Amino acid sequence: MSSPFPWLSFSIWLPILFGVYLLAAGRDRNPGGVRAIALAGALLSALGTVPVALGFDAGRVGLQWTELSPWIPALHAHYALGVDGISMWFVPLTAFITVIAVLAGWKSIESRLPQYYAAFLILSGLMIGVFCATDGLLFYVFFEATLIPMYLIIGVWGGPNRVYAAIKFFLYTLLGSLLMLVALVYLYQASGGSFEIAAWQRLPIELDPQILLFLAFFAAFAVKVPMWPVHTWLPDAHVEAPTAGSVVLAAIMLKLGAYGFLRFSLPIAPDASHALAIPVIAISLIAVVYIGFVALVQTDMKKLVAYSSIAHMGFVTLGFFIFSPMGMEGAIAQMISHGFVSGAMFLCIGVMYDRLHSRKIADYGGVVNVMPRFAAFMMLFAMANCGLPATSGFVGEFLVILGAVQYDFWIGAIAATTLVLGAAYSLWMYKRVIFGAVSGPAVAKLKDIDGREFLALGLLAVAVLWMGLYPAPLIDALHTSVGGLLGQIAHSKLVPGSP
Amino acid sequence: MDPLLNYPAILPEAILLASACLVLIADLFLGAKHRGLSYGLTLAALAAVALAATAPLVSGTVQYAFGGMVLTDPMSAVLKIFAVLATAFTLVYARSYAGSREMWRGEFFALALFTLLGVMAMISANNLLVIYLGLELQALSLYGLVALRRDDRKATEAAMKYFVLGALASGFLLYGMSMLYGATGTLDINELAHRINGGQTIHSVLILGTIFIVAGIAFKMGAVPFHMWVPDVYQGAPTPVALLLASAPKLAAFAIAFRLLVEGLPQLAVDWQRMLAFIAIASIALGNVTAVAQTNIKRMLGYSTVGQMGFLLLALLAGVVGGNISITAGAYGAAMFYVITYSLATAGCFGIILLATRAGFEAEQIADLRGLGKRSPWFAFVMTVLMLSLAGLPPTVGFTAKFVVLQALVSDGGSDAMYRLAVVAVLFSVVGAFYYLRVVKTMWFDEPADLHPLEGGPDMRYVLTANGLALLVLGILPQGLLALCNGAVLRALGG
Repeated sequence: MSSPFPWLSFSIWLPILFGVYLLAAGRDRNPGGVRAIALAGALLSALGTVPVALGFDAGRVGLQWTELSPWIPALHAHYALGVDGISMWFVPLTAFITVIAVLAGWKSIESRLPQYYAAFLILSGLMIGVFCATDGLLFYVFFEATLIPMYLIIGVWGGPNRVYAAIKFFLYTLLGSLLMLVALVYLYQASGGSFEIAAWQRLPIELDPQILLFLAFFAAFAVKVPMWPVHTWLPDAHVEAPTAGSVVLAAIMLKLGAYGFLRFSLPIAPDASHALAIPVIAISLIAVVYIGFVALVQTDMKKLVAYSSIAHMGFVTLGFFIFSPMGMEGAIAQMISHGFVSGAMFLCIGVMYDRLHSRKIADYGGVVNVMPRFAAFMMLFAMANCGLPATSGFVGEFLVILGAVQYDFWIGAIAATTLVLGAAYSLWMYKRVIFGAVSGPAVAKLKDIDGREFLALGLLAVAVLWMGLYPAPLIDALHTSVGGLLGQIAHSKLVPGSP
Repeated sequence: MDPLLNYPAILPEAILLASACLVLIADLFLGAKHRGLSYGLTLAALAAVALAATAPLVSGTVQYAFGGMVLTDPMSAVLKIFAVLATAFTLVYARSYAGSREMWRGEFFALALFTLLGVMAMISANNLLVIYLGLELQALSLYGLVALRRDDRKATEAAMKYFVLGALASGFLLYGMSMLYGATGTLDINELAHRINGGQTIHSVLILGTIFIVAGIAFKMGAVPFHMWVPDVYQGAPTPVALLLASAPKLAAFAIAFRLLVEGLPQLAVDWQRMLAFIAIASIALGNVTAVAQTNIKRMLGYSTVGQMGFLLLALLAGVVGGNISITAGAYGAAMFYVITYSLATAGCFGIILLATRAGFEAEQIADLRGLGKRSPWFAFVMTVLMLSLAGLPPTVGFTAKFVVLQALVSDGGSDAMYRLAVVAVLFSVVGAFYYLRVVKTMWFDEPADLHPLEGGPDMRYVLTANGLALLVLGILPQGLLALCNGAVLRALGG
């Protein structure tokens, strides 16, 4: 079932080529040209992902848009791509968020412009590669390679404490992924020399090695998601990263970890997943409740949204490990919605930061009086962040809570506290920043958003509302693949007859 | 022509010897004014040697010469070509550095060529004495090179240390060889394995000999607990000499480890594998942890080498001698791939250090690379690739190398002990990533303190660029080199 035109390869390599071109030919002396090329690259790449979504057949089982060619025959590794209903949505999402990221840094970044845009474009291609790779080694290469541009984005264009945050980000994630590498080596050996992820999913494995494999993958993906208690790199990284870096980090990079659970942990080690479901659910709930409280007391807006991201991702992992169609689909919907909403929240904070150079909630107040259009947008995103019906945030949270209640009433009840906590920290921050009297002369001088910012926020607002009002196409595309995945998880891999 | 002598088989070495002598004499007459000519002559000689060395690759056969004292096969051809390449890198990168430090003389070229001759002799050796001769030729030439700046206190100290400890290591190796000879009555490596297999040997003497051989090899590689000389010599030696020291001899060290242990002592594999396991893990741990504390970049690269050699030894202990030949070839092929890519990456790192130095200024500290991303984004990018490759991150070739080594380690059914070794090795790689990343951080995140433009002629700039990009391209498309290494080792094992 090969496709007539390799749209996936196109989506991966076009932004990377634009990035390399900017690195090689871009000059700081010509900022206008660099920005134009970067935007053109991001837009063309985003257009390139449209056929992937439009041509996707939601009813078909298995991978679509597959590409296969030998890569390292000596290791039986292939350049193998393909998407199913789960991964398909992340391809256009990534390209879309990259367009937003390019717009977000339009004015605020002045130094080393070509390298800045090149990092984002290359990162975009690599992340799409992670979602499309169906070969284990290729997945790993893309997965690891994403660290390098993000490390540079935080470290070069970040805030005052950027070096600490960049290195912490890198080492945390590297530690996890190297343990995953050992797991990949094990699977390669166990499968008789194959890197095909689908073959690993079929491979019968005893319980003990399954648990070790699960833990190795867990080390990689839990850090990336991030789950409590290995989340501490995320607030640092978010606070120090430039606005666009935070947008990409929250919107896409965290999803790489969650996606890893779906591709590796659950289907490759289903028995271990069942055996360890309760601890994973427990730490997911800690993320939802405890981190929700932590978010409540933050005085820095970026930190607040960073902690709210951790809480939302806790919902995603909770949805995975209750093993029901509703939980799983809700979790994936939550991943996509969080991509839009967290990206939009960071963008809003960036808009304010560009003007006042402060992220402290206390420095603002009464912004609505001077920036009414901006206040309207931020209202929508704050509402979406607390899961108001008719916004995208509602779909995922509602489905996960329903699934959780079916699984166990008390788990559902604890998870549902997010509705209160999420509203509390989102709306309280919104109230303190936007409403009230104008807090000082600096705020009084703020200018409302310009056309570029309006465009970026407007695109995200359309996405949030569209997904909230009419999620059917999204959920429909998920159905078949989620059903298949749950089938795999329900099917024990233990060799029959063994103790 | 006498078939026993088989001169064509040693054509590369013959060309090299002749041109080393020629360069030494010609330079006397050419003098300082025409030193560029000596430089060109040396590079031309290296090109001719590399060309001549390709012969076994084309024919794919194993040829013996001098009554079986030396051999040529695809494996030796590949290693020789990369040793020549490393030497050529040394000369190209050294030009401006040596030129401003009274080192750009005929002796420098001749000694570099003699070092290479020693390396090539070891790579081709099929006899214990030839290994020893090659080793001594390489070591003596390097002693001279390290001490080439005779007024430099640190270089003299480094040369002294290197000489004393190097002589000790040679003594170890020679003592081990004498025991092997005493136990079996032969110096020929194939015959050695044959006689041990025959069973009429004294096991305890063999074991003792093996211990000395392993110690000698570990000394030459710079593996724990025989690593003490590495950081001091790397730091003290003139930077181009440190480059030479760190690259080509490692290829030879791999070759003699392969010839002596795998081809000569396969029956004692259980014993030497255990020794190597300890040495490997100790090297990875100590090298990576100690490198974190370094501020001198040459010293840091010294400790990093210790860690990298630990990884190489992991691959060497992984192969199961006498088992499935294709799995065995995969394991030693991984080791060969590792050592080749390591020497390319190290050569590039020293090249960048040389690029940052100029007359009267030694780039020695990591801090001297501060703000390289602003001074020269391109070479900062090249250095980033080199550092990521040494750290073992995709998409650079360092990742592929680490991956094939880990893969080789567990390829024999994957016992628990091997997986434990693999986990320990990757955990220390995270420590390693920290100090490699610190260099990247220094280049990109810090403001430049030194605003001099980088020196270095176009030859150096182009070669350095090619060197860095090669690591990236090989990382994305490693198949060619990987297949070459696996095929060469398979042929060497008799497959």
